[in-house]
Amino acid sequence: MATFRFKTPVNEADARKPSIGDTVYVSGIMITARDQAHRRALEYVRAGKSIPVSFEGGVVFHCGPIAVKEGDQWRIVAAGPTTSTRMESYEAEFVEKLKPRIIVGKAGMGAKTAEAAKKFGAMYCDFTGGAAVLASQRIRAVKGVEWYDLGMPEALWILEVEEFGPMTVTIDSHGKNLHDIVQGSAQEKRTEILKILGVSQ
Amino acid sequence: MLVLKELRLHGGFLLEIEETVEKAAVEILRRAVIYLPKDVKEALNDAYENETSEAGKTQLKAIIDNINLGESGKTPICQDTGVILFYVTVGKDFGDASFIPAVLRAAVRKATVEVPLRPNAVHPLTRKNSGDNTGTNMPYINWDIGDGDYIELTAMPKGAGSENMSSFAMLTPGEGASALKRFVIDQVIRAGAQPCPPTIIGVGVGGSADIALKLAKKALFRPISVRHPEPDIADLEKVLLRGINMTGIGPMGLGGTFTSLGVNIEYAYCHTASLPVGVNMQCWAARRATARIHRDGTVEMIS
Repeated sequence: MATFRFKTPVNEADARKPSIGDTVYVSGIMITARDQAHRRALEYVRAGKSIPVSFEGGVVFHCGPIAVKEGDQWRIVAAGPTTSTRMESYEAEFVEKLKPRIIVGKAGMGAKTAEAAKKFGAMYCDFTGGAAVLASQRIRAVKGVEWYDLGMPEALWILEVEEFGPMTVTIDSHGKNLHDIVQGSAQEKRTEILKILGVSQ
Repeated sequence: MLVLKELRLHGGFLLEIEETVEKAAVEILRRAVIYLPKDVKEALNDAYENETSEAGKTQLKAIIDNINLGESGKTPICQDTGVILFYVTVGKDFGDASFIPAVLRAAVRKATVEVPLRPNAVHPLTRKNSGDNTGTNMPYINWDIGDGDYIELTAMPKGAGSENMSSFAMLTPGEGASALKRFVIDQVIRAGAQPCPPTIIGVGVGGSADIALKLAKKALFRPISVRHPEPDIADLEKVLLRGINMTGIGPMGLGGTFTSLGVNIEYAYCHTASLPVGVNMQCWAARRATARIHRDGTVEMIS
């Protein structure tokens, strides 16, 4: 298992290097986006409207932080990943149109995202779910917040990060999906488990 | 409200106890989101010692580091500080408890700013965020009646990652425990990485549809180090845990031995023609805190 250290913006060739199971750290800019922000971003892009941030070569972070405003500066208190499966219906189009190279979240994503990662050169990384204090320690500054009308968790938070990680690549640009492999293996064991538990079939 | 006002004039008991309950509620919310219960921490340490997969061990290390950092920095361990569920047991000698809903609502608003908690509560359809974790029927209060001159107040900030994996079914009564085991194992496999494993699985059996789910949630209040008092149910808890941990889903669904830390079951008698089963999952950040508030204003922090 290799370790990769990326600095944003990330180019396609570099984004295609890691494989599932590899470790990734990111420095530079990460922008949070959850369901609502994905939905609005795609609505705007489809309508030819501009959005207030650029994801090109960047990192989209499935995260709704706890932030506090101190004077006129925001500080992130806790910022772990949210469950990425909720963004599955948006992500492939998001990757195609807004061109992020790294998606960060937890619990993995599905076949459509994996296909987009392969086609356009992107990866999906797991950061430990719930490890919000660890994550926030790697955030150096809040560079801005957009679409705050969506509420604190759903807004776009523009975060400057240093060595954000360790993250595990669970979807690479070669069509592999680590969560799918684990899930498939659990499904294969099901019959055996039920037998051991004495479940009548 | 007229009654409250009159009582305030007579000796100020209500005014003082209102303040005390509000303060205690803010304090248990703070404790709940920063400090994990002892039984959960012990189980996570044990999982870290015994996890055989490298990926799983890395995740458990991050989890334990995160818990320690949260405690030392007095910071919520997870950014998802949940929706706030309260469980209130009113002692028969406590006296008037009608002020509690308003006070708990105020406490949630205060804790949202002071702890801070993430404002999570939104209208279910418009998705508009109230900004202070309150709204129609939120915080939700479950009531019970107990002994003594005190109220026992428990806060459970429940994260959505695990709550979204809840499930319920009316199973075939004739299949009994077999149907229950199959349902629970299938739900754990379906949930996979999503509820932030290693999880705690609350199972409610019997009653009616709503009661089964209530019992599933109530099961999560029992420490995972404590088995059900009835040996048959205790065995079922152990057997289910063993089965769940054979799936290999592991910490954060990256593969490993520890998919769950514990299975807690609560049950109620039910109709002879029904077998309702509810499953409520809890992430590793299994947050809960309890305070006992006596009529004379003394407060004990229970957990």
